[in-house]
Amino acid sequence: MIAFLLILIPLATGLLSFLIREEKTAKAFAFLASLATLAVSLLGLTLMNSESNLQFIAPWMSSLGSSFALKIDGMGQVLCLLTAIAYPLTFLGTWQASPKNANRFFGLMLLAQAGMMGVFLANDALLFYFCWELALIPMYFLASQWGGEKRIAVTFKFFVYTFLGSLLMLIGILYLQSQTPDHSFGLSAFYKLKIPASEQLWLFWLFFVAFAIKMPLFPFHTWQPDTYEQAPTATTMILSGVMVKMGLLGLIRWLMPVLPLASFQWGDVVMILAVIGIIYASLVAIRQDDLKRLIAYSSIAHISLMAAALFAENLSGTQGVMIQLFNHGVNIIGLWIIVEIIERRYGTRKISELGGLAQQAPVMTIFFVVIALANIALPLTNGFAGEFLMFNGLLSAQSNFKVVFTVLAGLGIILAAVYTLNMIRKTFYGEAVSLRVPVTELKLNEQLALGLIVVIILWLGIYPQSMLELTDSFSKEWFSKIDVSYLFRK
Amino acid sequence: MPILNYIILSIALFSIGIVGVLTRRNAIIIFMCIELMLNAVNLLLVAFSKMHMNTAFKAGDLAGTAGTDGQIFVFFIMVVAAAEVSVGLAIIVMMYRNIHSVDVNFLNRLKQ
Amino acid sequence: MNNALQIVYLIPLLPLLGFLINGLGRNYLSKTLIGLIGSGSILGSLILSIWVFMQVKDGNTFVAEYFNFIAVDKLVIPFALKIDQLSAVFLLIITGVGFLIHVYSASYMHEEKPGHFGRYFAYLNLFVFSMLLLVMGANLVILFIGWEGVGLCSYLLIGYWFKKQEYNKAANKAFIMNRIGDLAFLIAIFWLIARAGTVSFDELFTAVNLAKLSASDITVITLLLFIGATGKSAQIPLYTWLPDAMAGPTPVSALIHAATMVTAGIYMIARSHVLYSMDAAELTRNIITYTGMATALLAATIALKQNDIKKVLAYSTVSQLGFMFVALGTGAYVAAVFHVMTHAFFKALLFLGSGSVIHAMGGEQDIRNMGGLGKKMKITYGTFMVGCIAIAGIPPFSGFFSKDAILLSAFMKSPVLYAVAVFTALLTAFYMFRLLIITFTGKFRGTDEQAHHLHESPMAMTLPLIILAVLSIVGGLVGIPEVIREGGDKLSAFLAPAVSSMPHEHHLSHSDEYLLMGISTGLVLATILAAIMVYRNYQRKEATGFAKVLENKWYVDELYDRIIVQPLHWLGGFLKDIFDLKVVDGLVNGAGRLVNYGSRQLRLLQSGQVGSYVLLMVLSMVLIFAIQFFLRK
Repeated sequence: MIAFLLILIPLATGLLSFLIREEKTAKAFAFLASLATLAVSLLGLTLMNSESNLQFIAPWMSSLGSSFALKIDGMGQVLCLLTAIAYPLTFLGTWQASPKNANRFFGLMLLAQAGMMGVFLANDALLFYFCWELALIPMYFLASQWGGEKRIAVTFKFFVYTFLGSLLMLIGILYLQSQTPDHSFGLSAFYKLKIPASEQLWLFWLFFVAFAIKMPLFPFHTWQPDTYEQAPTATTMILSGVMVKMGLLGLIRWLMPVLPLASFQWGDVVMILAVIGIIYASLVAIRQDDLKRLIAYSSIAHISLMAAALFAENLSGTQGVMIQLFNHGVNIIGLWIIVEIIERRYGTRKISELGGLAQQAPVMTIFFVVIALANIALPLTNGFAGEFLMFNGLLSAQSNFKVVFTVLAGLGIILAAVYTLNMIRKTFYGEAVSLRVPVTELKLNEQLALGLIVVIILWLGIYPQSMLELTDSFSKEWFSKIDVSYLFRK
Repeated sequence: MPILNYIILSIALFSIGIVGVLTRRNAIIIFMCIELMLNAVNLLLVAFSKMHMNTAFKAGDLAGTAGTDGQIFVFFIMVVAAAEVSVGLAIIVMMYRNIHSVDVNFLNRLKQ
Repeated sequence: MNNALQIVYLIPLLPLLGFLINGLGRNYLSKTLIGLIGSGSILGSLILSIWVFMQVKDGNTFVAEYFNFIAVDKLVIPFALKIDQLSAVFLLIITGVGFLIHVYSASYMHEEKPGHFGRYFAYLNLFVFSMLLLVMGANLVILFIGWEGVGLCSYLLIGYWFKKQEYNKAANKAFIMNRIGDLAFLIAIFWLIARAGTVSFDELFTAVNLAKLSASDITVITLLLFIGATGKSAQIPLYTWLPDAMAGPTPVSALIHAATMVTAGIYMIARSHVLYSMDAAELTRNIITYTGMATALLAATIALKQNDIKKVLAYSTVSQLGFMFVALGTGAYVAAVFHVMTHAFFKALLFLGSGSVIHAMGGEQDIRNMGGLGKKMKITYGTFMVGCIAIAGIPPFSGFFSKDAILLSAFMKSPVLYAVAVFTALLTAFYMFRLLIITFTGKFRGTDEQAHHLHESPMAMTLPLIILAVLSIVGGLVGIPEVIREGGDKLSAFLAPAVSSMPHEHHLSHSDEYLLMGISTGLVLATILAAIMVYRNYQRKEATGFAKVLENKWYVDELYDRIIVQPLHWLGGFLKDIFDLKVVDGLVNGAGRLVNYGSRQLRLLQSGQVGSYVLLMVLSMVLIFAIQFFLRK
């Protein structure tokens, strides 16, 4: 029931929101709705062990072999919690931004939340695909109607790009469904499939491209910086904090356990792409002058690392990814909140036009520095445990090139320090430049949102085990499904 | 009469029709050429029908029904052709009323 | 085991609380209160450290586990603190010197605005917290947490005056260069996990787990750990950040960039000395020895021609750290720890003394504008001289004993190494006395305003100087060589349960040992005299020729800039402006354009000409018939 509520609440409130006329009411309504979702999600955490509460199955399109099957497993817990936390944080952090037609804006946001929840919980391929599109379409409208100057071209690219991926995935799903004995879309039926290796090898790419575009992995990333730059910040927060996790979830739940042989075979290729992505995105980030684009490229590097750690195929890497799914989302939302504040108050987000903000806005600086340090995985911030485990996983991978991969991916941490510290130095330190608007401190709602993020950062930094325990059994079960090393053992 | 003669005649008629349709621009002439092609087909159908009937008769089928479906087709085609003529001519008349010409090349403006 | 030791978590916790209170209350608390909280928390830790020292004096060790930091599969990393003799020594150094520097800072930084004053003390406390975590961690991961933590604090404190972009750049440089070492450190940890399955010191250094490591594993791991140490302890090739780090307030330089943080690398290697003592690690030991020696020599030559009082001390620190690595490389771990201790005393003293000078000169750091300060600042002059004598290594000052132990160990390794080490020690004596004489004797060369302003520093600053001077004099007595007094080497005896030096292959007779001591002491005395003669009547003049190369630090910074920084900068620009937009995005847009182009061409077929449609239809039919016809054949 919890699983169903997690989708129902945002869906219903999202639709209701279209009916509200007044802007303030719509905003407050959306905020309350997101809080309700958060409450339900937290409730789900406490019911960790009672299967019946976490599962939901209803007949849907039974003639096609599809049912409305939802289940909250370990990863689902983490991602639902992330989605549920991300929305109140986003609304709170961007309270001052007042989009036109607020009712529609917030309605679409909530609909997207319903879609993402569905993606994270679906245990049925058709439902998964359905929710995947349900999440995509509101995002398209949000970006194309409330976005920046170049929004039309950029969102068109975004839409075509991701839609292309979705279609490839649909072909893959339909093929897999035709292979199941009782023509079912159910996840468990997919898991039982024994697809011959030769077929797995090409089927892999149908799914992988779809997920790689969503994450995004090099070289499928070019839609992302443009979209992040042009979309309204609240949308960007959700896109980068939550939506990119759909790609990773796809890999974890729908690709690697279903096609374990191909995942093993193509593991090196994916890791090469990921490592290129890490270094490439970091180098590009070093030279970025636009705060939003810089963070976008930083996100590409982080997501690439997660992909590499997944394909290292061991428990340590997997657990690292699990905790990092959450951490990356929280941290990047924090960064966006501050970028949004800077852009709205000072009218620019060009690093070269900013400087010395630390003198007038020390509190904002502290928040930013803490979140940025978490972003570069300093110990005792949340990023550390995740990256530690992921790198550890990478070095224990089955690949022959694991040392090369680890070292090259490790260069990413150094480069991350370079671009992050330079950004801090140029934006916050130094002599204050004259800005159009006098620099002001944070407002209460912004302090609240950022404070919450910092609390999460420190909590998971000091005691990451609390989150690792949540996904422990999931990771073990998952690992047993993808482990094909027995085939190579003599 | 050998069947070959009928075939040659109908190929000739059909080809004249095609050439007419391809080369002429007057809608009425094109229309007539289309009729010519239809009739070429009709002729062929009747000829083959008769041929089948004769072959069956010689083989001992005295009922005389073999191959009659071809002739029935001809009736259908004639009915359709009649309907087509009425609609087609009406279009041509309307066309003439509108643009004072029956030249089909003027029709390309339909695509706009 | 003594369960009372479970409360050792208080040692790092007190500074952490100090950090939180000072950090959050920096705008509300008075400066006095901030100073009291900052110093008081360290004093609390100091008292606890002394208590801990008493507990482990008899050879006890203790591991306190609190909770599981990370536990995945078989890899369990508890949040655990280890107390043994090695960490006890470091605890005393950190909290002892740290406390003195906190007291000193309260006076030195008094001109700062209240908010910034609180920020300063918060950072300083956070640093002490991280450093304590570093030396108390019972496994490599906890050590690494402290390791990165001190790096962060160093970054924050170097860039403390964040209005000056120069300082911020130095801070970034320090952090990034440290990160390069950190990466190697991390990979070493992962390698250990992959092979031995544990990172806890107690479990790792057991025969069972060590047997799991092959010879090449040990070489790789020890080398990687050493690269990590070169970052933090400023060795070639990662040393250039330390002189730039002098941008921070002077007490910070004393605490972080001289006495404690930079010795973390030495601590880490001494902590894992079991690995380094294995036969398979011989290659690594050699690399450590020669890197340390090269660094010591290089930095000493640079220090000869530096004119910034803090820069001289910074290069001196790099050079002394090189000595410590020579000790580590030759297996004399105790000597390295001993030198860490004495160095902490006299280098902190020298830095605080220079702080006192800078304070009196109103922020001036160029020694060419000083001179004759000794008359106005007697205490500073006296204590500074003590520091110089100690670092030069004249008996019975502390530096003599620790340096002698290192020189002896170098001699055992090879006489050539010994010769280079002695030469470097002579350079040390030379540049230190150059600094002393130019700064404190002769005529004053600054402005009149500065001359008028000259004064001795207040009590809160001179008292730590005096205490440190006393420690610099007597601190060496804990490690008197056995040859001088039987049972005099108390430090070795104390450290024995935790760490002991590798035995030397052959033995040196007592007379030879005395001879070596005599040679080095005699040469140092001669060098000091030479320095006094050369710089007695110092005149400012432009450096030329080789001296200019030294003044410009062998142009190493420029070299790094040319071969690493600029190419990366260029590559980033190329990827951002050309590759990403033209190639990757170009392919994507190209695919879109291809579809567009294709449909535009296909559109032409839809001409609207009925004739052409029919023609195409007929042609297609003919084609189909033809195909049909030929295929049938």
